[in-house]
Amino acid sequence: MAAGGGIDPIHQFELKPLVGLRLGNLDLSFTNSSLFMALTVAVVTGLMIYGSSQRAVVPGRLQSLAEMAYEFVASTVTGVMGKEGMRFFPFVFSLFMFVLTANLLGMIPGSFTVTSHIVVTAAFAFLVIGVVLVYGIAKHGSHFFGLFVPKGAPGWLLPFMVLIEAVSFVSRPISLSLRLFGNMLAGHVALKVFGGFVVMLTGSLGIGMVLAPLPMLLAIALTAFEFLVAFLQAYVFAILTCVYLNDALHPGH
Amino acid sequence: MDFTAAKFLAAGIACLGMGLAAIGVGNIFGQFLSGALRNPSAADGQFGRAFIGAALAEGLGIFAFVVALILLFVV
Repeated sequence: MAAGGGIDPIHQFELKPLVGLRLGNLDLSFTNSSLFMALTVAVVTGLMIYGSSQRAVVPGRLQSLAEMAYEFVASTVTGVMGKEGMRFFPFVFSLFMFVLTANLLGMIPGSFTVTSHIVVTAAFAFLVIGVVLVYGIAKHGSHFFGLFVPKGAPGWLLPFMVLIEAVSFVSRPISLSLRLFGNMLAGHVALKVFGGFVVMLTGSLGIGMVLAPLPMLLAIALTAFEFLVAFLQAYVFAILTCVYLNDALHPGH
Repeated sequence: MDFTAAKFLAAGIACLGMGLAAIGVGNIFGQFLSGALRNPSAADGQFGRAFIGAALAEGLGIFAFVVALILLFVV
């Protein structure tokens, strides 16, 4: 509706039920989103199973890909949380690989980007914060809430500081989910809009035909940039997960 | 003013926030690079922190983008 030329940049995010399934008022249809989620899980599982089955001393391509992914996430986890943070490694690694693979699968033309729906990213973000809360309270008890009381603050300022810390904690799942969702959505919309410019300029005849390659070049550059963003947002999601989990491991730091 | 016109204007104004977030992100990476050029051996260890800062600053720009989208497609 935004573009006047009849190219709808939002259309690509539409959910289409592939296999209809209803339970009462509950719509449990298998949609294109579900298909790409299943595909993502299949790709990640296949890569890791194949990568760890060979156990060659000189790794092949897929094995070294799996090893690189493992070492990358492991160094991120130990860098932020220290040695004992490795107990969260499976969780962070699954999140990172799922988000990364979903982002990259979304870059295939005509495919569907799972992470461009806020319901998916919000589910992940609330899962992360849920783990932080449950683990923090289970391990440290009421000591966990020391997280909201900054050390060395003057007494009269303390209520405000606690309030600010509490608000910042509550806004974490919101910002975590919106960041991934917004980046993927904005990137794909921008690609579609520039693609639309090419079509509209070519269709306009006259001078437009000469100018049409310009947005085409920009669209190519944007595609390369989107691959960078796809990786970067998965990394940012993983490292912020580590930072938040670190609060559950060591509150009061 | 026409309601639709006001809506589109508001969405455009909301996008200013994205430019301001761009200043923040540019600031972070500019500082990171100038620090990294002074002491390249310490740069690798601070790479993650630069990205945490950039992600936090960028998140606020994304909020502006979401506000613009809500104005365009929901209101």
